[in-house]
Amino acid sequence: MAAQVRVLRQRIRSAKGMKKITKAMELVATSRIAKAQARVEASLPYARAITGVLTALASNARIDHPMLTPRERVRRAGVLLVTADRGLAGGYSSNAIRTAESLVARLQADGKEPVLYVIGRKGVSFYRFRNRPIEASWTGFSEQPSFNDAREVGETLIKAFVAGADDEEGGPGADGVHGVDELHIVYTEFKSLMTQNPVTRIIGPLQVEERPRSEAAPGVLPDYDFEPDPEALLDALLPKYINTRIYAALLESAASESAARRRAMKSATDNAEEMIDKYTREMNSARQAGITQEISEIVGGANALAASGSEV
Amino acid sequence: MAEQLNVQLVAVEEKVWSGKAEMVSARTTEGELGVLPGHAPLLGQLAEPGQVRIKLPGGEQVTYDVSGGFVSVSGQGVTVLAESAAPASAASGN
Repeated sequence: MAAQVRVLRQRIRSAKGMKKITKAMELVATSRIAKAQARVEASLPYARAITGVLTALASNARIDHPMLTPRERVRRAGVLLVTADRGLAGGYSSNAIRTAESLVARLQADGKEPVLYVIGRKGVSFYRFRNRPIEASWTGFSEQPSFNDAREVGETLIKAFVAGADDEEGGPGADGVHGVDELHIVYTEFKSLMTQNPVTRIIGPLQVEERPRSEAAPGVLPDYDFEPDPEALLDALLPKYINTRIYAALLESAASESAARRRAMKSATDNAEEMIDKYTREMNSARQAGITQEISEIVGGANALAASGSEV
Repeated sequence: MAEQLNVQLVAVEEKVWSGKAEMVSARTTEGELGVLPGHAPLLGQLAEPGQVRIKLPGGEQVTYDVSGGFVSVSGQGVTVLAESAAPASAASGN
């Protein structure tokens, strides 16, 4: 009886310890969501400005830039997958991986060879474990990505995309580098604190909308001067635009990761509380049962003594 | 009161500076560029490493070191896009 109480007390203690940890992680994740959202907010002016500039450029210049024209024959398609570095975030990483896997299956069905680029330790270990080749991977910044991280990723992808232009059937082309003809990105969209969806987007070739900007500048489009010429400007701007897109995806994924972790840790904390309640009740009734039994033993003993005493 | 420019200086990670100014000057890959109110629409790539000087209405001047920058002048004002921008170490002065 006393042993049972001791076991329950031990369990309560460990559940309390776990609750403290999960509660702390929940609080950290909550503050990280707010920070990540603030950074998404802070990056919007640039994203808006560069989109505006590109639109102006595209509407003024002829577009036959290699980064804007779909390739006739797509042999290899790059897939950039954004996952978390750490676990304990519910289904965050596995949902992203599942989405990437269905994209890979679709690409293979179309006769394209998928080439994987992975961000985050979870994604890397998923593919390592299955002995699947990863073209390049980056880890260590999934929760707090900086623009430098995005630029590093972007430069690798753009290099592969540019190198893919002269690839021949079944092998690298004149430059000896086996590039890609398409670039996809799989990341987790931050809808709200409760909803995050893994999504797939194409970032190469880019699709630029040529639209008359009626809401911004009613009437005629401004006739821009370009320094240097439009083609050179486009050359310089497009890689930056892709980097911005990747940076935005990283930021949004970071916010989603923190939100997923917060939710996972919240339910872990709730479970721990429930367990503590349950064990406390069990412990109390075990203790009560022990006391009751002791009393009835004493009473039984006293009665037996009294009975034997009266006989003497 | 003379006309003024709406100026925005945005870096990738945050908006660095915005406000009214009398003149913005910077160097593009083609040469020195000064923008006064009413300038024709223009898109330019800034030279590396670049400096953007913004002359405020009071006569003061703020200077930023900018890398990976573009400047866009439109009817609404001037937007400087930069990969990174930091206040110049030797601000104003000249």
